[in-house]
Amino acid sequence: MLNASIREQFPILNQEINGHPLVYLDSAASSQKPLAVIEAIEDYYRRNHSNVHRGVHTLGTQATDAYEGARERVRSFIHATVPEEIIFTRGTTTAINLVASSYGDANVNEGDEIVLTPMEHHANLIPWQQLAKRRGATLRFVELTPDGRVTLDAVESVLSDRTKIVAMSHVSNVLGTINPIADVARLAHEVGAVMVVDAAQSAPHRKLDVQALDCDFLAFSGHKMLGPTGIGVLYGKKQLLKNMEPVEFGGEMIDYVDLYESTWKDLPYRFEAGTPIIAGAVGLAAAIDFLEEIGLENVEAHERELASYAIEQMKTIEGIEIYGPEDRVGLVTFNLKDVHAHDLATVLDMQGIAVRAGHHCAQPLMRLLKQSSTARASFYVYNTKEEVDRFIEGLRQTKEYFNYEF
Amino acid sequence: MSFNNLDMLYRQVIMDHYKNPRNRGAIEDGVTVNLNNPTCGDTLRLQLQIEDDIVKDAKFEGEGCSISIASASMMTQIIKGKTVEEALQLANIFSEMVQGKEYDADTFDLDDIEALSGVSKFPARIKCATLAWKALEKGVDEDA
Ligand SMILES: Cc1ncc(COP(=O)(O)O)c(C=O)c1O
Repeated sequence: MLNASIREQFPILNQEINGHPLVYLDSAASSQKPLAVIEAIEDYYRRNHSNVHRGVHTLGTQATDAYEGARERVRSFIHATVPEEIIFTRGTTTAINLVASSYGDANVNEGDEIVLTPMEHHANLIPWQQLAKRRGATLRFVELTPDGRVTLDAVESVLSDRTKIVAMSHVSNVLGTINPIADVARLAHEVGAVMVVDAAQSAPHRKLDVQALDCDFLAFSGHKMLGPTGIGVLYGKKQLLKNMEPVEFGGEMIDYVDLYESTWKDLPYRFEAGTPIIAGAVGLAAAIDFLEEIGLENVEAHERELASYAIEQMKTIEGIEIYGPEDRVGLVTFNLKDVHAHDLATVLDMQGIAVRAGHHCAQPLMRLLKQSSTARASFYVYNTKEEVDRFIEGLRQTKEYFNYEF
Repeated sequence: MSFNNLDMLYRQVIMDHYKNPRNRGAIEDGVTVNLNNPTCGDTLRLQLQIEDDIVKDAKFEGEGCSISIASASMMTQIIKGKTVEEALQLANIFSEMVQGKEYDADTFDLDDIEALSGVSKFPARIKCATLAWKALEKGVDEDA
């Protein structure tokens, strides 16, 4: 277990909700922020802010250094080869849309296929649906095992020489499943397709190495990994990015502008039109520092321990159904028999316990689970065993409430 | 643990409508409205039979939490036999009630639906309560 003092770094957690100390179990939707991140953003605005890559003045240089320093920080965090491979975006959603619009429109043609899984977040589904419609391509879905895993056999059976793109989440935000990305990428490359990874739920929790995964594109969001909202990352192999057209145009991304024709800057700037998310990048870099200080192995171990402890306790409550495989990262998706997930979440909230309820932006997966709605508890560095105990007690209270009150 | 606010939300009538929804089912030839609550995945199909400007019949099918199902059940009960205009007036009253605003409790006998006034203490759940009424407004609009 991580040291409980980490929790003190998160001011928001130190409050009461509905008369009870807050137990925040919704980090998979968005994590809370440590002082180091809040202060890095404040410090940036207090001392270093200006526009980047423009002014000749000193503040312009300071802001540019901060922004490009953040890019380098992200590069080393995911072990990319060069900083040109790191494009700052608004988040995972924007990053995946960029790949679909730029790489997708240029490389996917009528009759081609895009391979996905039914466990994808809407952010890694709808951009491909739209691309397929624009280009006359077809979506193919990898069949999951009954407990919600992706097997290589199932992947192989939908791959063919028509496959141009394979897009898959690294970790499922509903089931907590860890997908075998490196192997899937190898299979994708064998048929000449590119591998796109939605790392929104893995970047916060485990060590990422884009070279080891050998993926072609990878996307994640700052706000799920202790960083601010509004900043995310698209990693792309330089070889591919180099030949891609921008999808947004304007300032910051141009090289030479004439009235009728213009040319683009080099990587990564051609994909960052307009004034970039400078303070967001600074905050993200501080979040990465914070996570690496703890050590990603320790982060993952901590969450796994909390999740297994929670699952073990939940199994002692009759009527709780848990979805997903045994081997999972730090989240548990479940339902309590005869109580709708929304009602459950409301009763937990009255006890100060925040969980997510709904379809988790994965409606097709919900249909596969035959549930219109589920509840999800997700754990992060600041959660403790005592909080899991409060959660379990909350579940018991909820069950009792709905059993006996009416 | 005491759950005072919760008791306001989950009054006995509400749980009764949730566990034994009234007017669940389909109408042969009525106006059909399908509405989703995209934030949570609740789905509702409302069917209305409107003749001579009067709601002759109303039935619903759907998946949802206790609040959205109970609300649909109560709504189909109360709008039956009302004119379209009255039904829309009720929709307004209901919307004001669940938002915690002043509402007109006198024009109609509000019956069970007043049990849902406790929803106003739970802003995240107001959408659950209004889903059926939104479907009604849409259905009437389509019928016109
Ligand atoms: C697996 C997965 N992919 C994509 C996203 C979308 O991330 P964002 O909303 O930050 O763009 C999320 C976040 O909910 C997610 O869990």
